[in-house]
Amino acid sequence: MALLEVNSLTAFYGDFQALYGVSLSVDEGQAVAVIGANGAGKSTLLKSIVGMIRAAPGMIRFAGEAIGGVRSPKIVARGVTMVPEGRRLFSSLTVEENLRIGGQLGRPGPWTLQRVLDLFPMLAERRGQASTSLSGGQQQMVAIGRALMSNPRLLLCDEISLGLAPIVVREIFQRLPKIVAEGTAVVVVEQDVVQALAASNYLYCLQEGRVLLEGASRSLSREAIKAAYFGV
Amino acid sequence: MELIHVIIQGVLLGGLYALFAAGLSLIFGVMRLVNIAHGDLIVVAAYMAYFTMQALGVGPFMSLIVVVPGIAVFGYALQRGLLNFALGDELPPLLVTFGLSVIIQNVLLILFTHDSRRLYAGPIEMASWKFTPDLSVGVLPVIQFAVAVAVIGGLQLLFYRTTLGRSFRATSDDPEIAQLMGIENRHIFALAMALSLAVVAVAGVFIAIRTTFNPFYGPQLLIFGFEAVIMGGLGSLWGTLAGGVLLGLAQAIGGQINVGLPFTAGHVAFLLVLIVRPQGLFPKVSV
Repeated sequence: MALLEVNSLTAFYGDFQALYGVSLSVDEGQAVAVIGANGAGKSTLLKSIVGMIRAAPGMIRFAGEAIGGVRSPKIVARGVTMVPEGRRLFSSLTVEENLRIGGQLGRPGPWTLQRVLDLFPMLAERRGQASTSLSGGQQQMVAIGRALMSNPRLLLCDEISLGLAPIVVREIFQRLPKIVAEGTAVVVVEQDVVQALAASNYLYCLQEGRVLLEGASRSLSREAIKAAYFGV
Repeated sequence: MELIHVIIQGVLLGGLYALFAAGLSLIFGVMRLVNIAHGDLIVVAAYMAYFTMQALGVGPFMSLIVVVPGIAVFGYALQRGLLNFALGDELPPLLVTFGLSVIIQNVLLILFTHDSRRLYAGPIEMASWKFTPDLSVGVLPVIQFAVAVAVIGGLQLLFYRTTLGRSFRATSDDPEIAQLMGIENRHIFALAMALSLAVVAVAGVFIAIRTTFNPFYGPQLLIFGFEAVIMGGLGSLWGTLAGGVLLGLAQAIGGQINVGLPFTAGHVAFLLVLIVRPQGLFPKVSV
């Protein structure tokens, strides 16, 4: 049984329909990438999974249970969390407080404050600083660490490369295998196709709210991905 | 010597205003709710104290043991049952709390008539310390100021040293993402309202010892609270204390110049601060 199953998910913003029956599945310990151009529905998909956008119960199943329409705090308590697009750290909290608040629910698991600081050593010396004083890359590390602190079984990452220098993006993506190795399944949503392919075992390509292409990341040809991404 | 006396009176009174303001700025900070009914809820606390004193035969300070938890529970229920549904935009909370203000005033009028009441604290009201033959300071205002400083210090500790305070600040920063930390906004907002009312209940009892109150006394208290918040600067608890003290000072000095002048002097001081330093004395959040 898959850890996460999304079945014919639809999503709306008022009259505007953002997702038209998206189906996707993620196995325990798997790294899945979702790529697509701006407005393809990638963020909407993640927000629906984590309960920020309402969905019918059966459209989203986690560990066998229907979680569509469940409130975010309850979903996080069950072991799904998200690194939001644009990082969205708590600006009035220090780096350490941002990490600690992620662990506030007290879910047991491999991730502790110390282990997160080991994963991102440059945060250790800045733990007392205001989160806003960090560089973009460091802020992204805090955002990922904050999500890990809840010891999720499934971690959703929304455009963690956005607005960062390529060298920083590489540094952050290097950490993903370590996270997966701890038994956490990861879904990365990306516009950066190369990073997405390298970081995943399985890939979905969204376009205008539909899955146009899916398959094992190694098996997909560049041409097929290009066609699905740009719709040519 | 007269001037020193006036200044001391003003500063001590300012502690009360700081408490009104702390309650107001707490809920604005956590959920961006401007509570127009704030003053009326202070008056509700005063009535609760009045009837608790009658029922139990205790003094006003002892009545706080009942009034503080009582009004906190009321605040929690009010937030969960009504105000949470008004959040999200700027206008609805204003309209709903304005309506609430009218309702509270009229319910109080029906229940308790327009009679003015006061809380009697006994001989302590008259007690004073004499420093020099010319200069004496009332015991009650000193207690009142000390309590205000202690409450604001306690709030500061709560906000920056506890898990609950961290949840308050996180929710204030980004309520949507706070939910991903497992924080239930509905619950946190209700706790903030409960805390706000618990704080103003203390202030409400002190003000009701100082002056008489009736069902329509709330809006005036609301103005004092607003003025202290704005003068102190939004988001800073110690700034709120400074704002309250400044307002108290202005009123005391105004009252010294002319008996009819204290409130006008307070408003003038408020306008002056707005002109010279619109962000307040110790701003923390930019709104």
